[in-house]
Amino acid sequence: MLLTSSSFKRNVRRKLEDPSLQRNMKRFGGRFVEARAAVMTEVDNLEEIRVAAAAIRDRSLANLDSYLVEFEAQAQARGTQVHWAETAQDVNRILIEIARANGVRKIVKSKSMVSEESGLNDAVAAAGMEAIETDLGEYILQLAEEPPSHIIAPAIHKSVEEVAELFSEKHHTPRQTDIPALCREAREQLRPHFLSADMGISGGNFLIAETGSVVIVTNEGNGRMVTTLPRIHVAITGIEKVLPTLNDFSTVVRLLTRSATGQSITNYVSMLTGPRREGDPDGPEQSHIILVDSGRSRLLGTELQQALRCIRCGACMNHCPVYQNIGGHAYGWVYPGPIGAVLTPSYVGLENALDLPQASTLCGACQVVCPVKIPLPELMRVLREKSFSQGLRPWHERWSIMLWRTAASHPRLYAGLTRLAARLLRRLGGKDRLLHRLPGLDGWTEGRDMPAPSGQTFRELYRKRKA
Amino acid sequence: MQVGLFVTCLVDLMRPRIGFATLKLLERAGCTVVVPPQQTCCGQPGFNSGDRESGRAMALRFLGDFEAFDYVVAPSGSCTGMIRCHYAELFPEDPSLQARLNALSARTYELTQFLVDVLRLERVDSTFAGSCTYHDSCSGLRELGIKEQPRALIAGIPSAELREMDKPETCCGFGGTFSIKLGDIATRMADNKCQDVLSTGADAIVGGDLGCLLNIEGRLRRLGDQHTRVLHVAEVLAGPEPEGD
Repeated sequence: MLLTSSSFKRNVRRKLEDPSLQRNMKRFGGRFVEARAAVMTEVDNLEEIRVAAAAIRDRSLANLDSYLVEFEAQAQARGTQVHWAETAQDVNRILIEIARANGVRKIVKSKSMVSEESGLNDAVAAAGMEAIETDLGEYILQLAEEPPSHIIAPAIHKSVEEVAELFSEKHHTPRQTDIPALCREAREQLRPHFLSADMGISGGNFLIAETGSVVIVTNEGNGRMVTTLPRIHVAITGIEKVLPTLNDFSTVVRLLTRSATGQSITNYVSMLTGPRREGDPDGPEQSHIILVDSGRSRLLGTELQQALRCIRCGACMNHCPVYQNIGGHAYGWVYPGPIGAVLTPSYVGLENALDLPQASTLCGACQVVCPVKIPLPELMRVLREKSFSQGLRPWHERWSIMLWRTAASHPRLYAGLTRLAARLLRRLGGKDRLLHRLPGLDGWTEGRDMPAPSGQTFRELYRKRKA
Repeated sequence: MQVGLFVTCLVDLMRPRIGFATLKLLERAGCTVVVPPQQTCCGQPGFNSGDRESGRAMALRFLGDFEAFDYVVAPSGSCTGMIRCHYAELFPEDPSLQARLNALSARTYELTQFLVDVLRLERVDSTFAGSCTYHDSCSGLRELGIKEQPRALIAGIPSAELREMDKPETCCGFGGTFSIKLGDIATRMADNKCQDVLSTGADAIVGGDLGCLLNIEGRLRRLGDQHTRVLHVAEVLAGPEPEGD
């Protein structure tokens, strides 16, 4: 996927000034937030399950090597071919090799964020094949030629009216804004593709080490079509998605669907374990899985390892006041919101996404809702420390911080400077005692009239009072 | 009971009367309050910008300034959160220093938390009159669990009326240096907050952190609102404070 995280500030400005995006984000607003809050009341020991889920994920990550080998052995024993992709490019290469070896011309895809990392659809097209997205949101975006803006609700930035317009234009059908009718229209377009595709590509929410299964948690029936109708099924997912046992999965899934869409359980939970066996009524002839590293193993053993606990529910972005105002595209890569602010710099290089770890007030709303208790603010701070210590932040920022630290370490110097500042600010405040402009703090005063201080510091006044 | 007052850098520079209001509340509650004159800042601005050294240097200063007191109180959830939650990880190479710091952090409190949870104060004498709406500052709420304490004290003032705004727990967009680095997102977040504040029709927006209050007041004034009062919870609880400003 095209990386535009380095122009984050420009992206933000564009998104803040985009009236239709702003309208759509407002409309989306608290829907997931409210749904999550309501469904969590069903669970009387939420905190205990969160602790358990985080522990399961930590155990998976601490023993990732052995669980992956176990997964591979179990999957192979059930007839699945396991491929290892070290880089995003490897994902595309392996997929195209499988497709070419089997004379594939048409591919249907269910949702896969990992395939966005490598820009799989473009690579497939360049190799002369056709890949059709069949998740409704992803289908809309493929027609609109846009990337997803949310990991579970990819077209959340679009309104019904915009989709109606798009369908009418691309399908040459009369414009309609009734949602069930739009869904029917998409289904009618997609059905022939399901029936004629040679290959189905899906993501994988989890890998179960003890059974070699790929688990897909979804609300749309396309997931089952993609993984059972075509003669070849390829699942693509990150190496961190492994869980030791089915029992572990049963714990984690209780939180996944509730945290994501606010559902007790999704419409479909599919466990895919190998290709069609003799006597099976359906299923693919070949089953493949591509296990993707692409930067993940670099985080193991570092302070950022906890980010790999992520089960991709999207709760952090749903609850993030920054995401709520700018939407997902501004973040400039596959994963938006707080988890994206940690994963993007980790996967594509901090220097290519410098502003993302800064794109948070560290308000902590994400951490409170994260089902696997990822300390997202802390991880953003870790990345800020890396940026600072590697000299990647602008010089004026580094200098201001170092000057501040020096002054605050010398109380007499600090007292003198603050006395001076209090008087200066008082004077700048003028008659209305409001600061309209502060050189060096334009980001602040561009949108604010700050109340000016009274002209003396607390400690000055206190000393006088005591005297 | 000897209480060290950690004024915080923002209150010291921008609104001393919050410091005096805090002093008054603590003294009225029977504390002997000392203001160590050498104090500066908790180090959060640098620490959150990625300069770990800011945190370490300021934590050492804090230890030197406040270790002698029974308790330390600050009129800020954000600075208290820095001390209570983040000082704990700063000196892994020196366990005994870290232990001293942790012991001090554990007796450092945000003002309303101290009044209600430690001193068990149920009501304060305040002449504040009018309606107000309370904004939950992020660090106080999520790092320290401050939610009911300020509300309980305000509710105990006979002439005060508390009106809840929509989404009082949503960040106002201040975020320390965030609002300087990414001013336009911060402004939009402040707009949303101002909207929620104004919708209550309350005379005053009250909070426990001056950073958030400056952000909200700055935006309210720019949007043309000159009458909504923006007050620190200490100012409301102590009543009007003519001195110091």
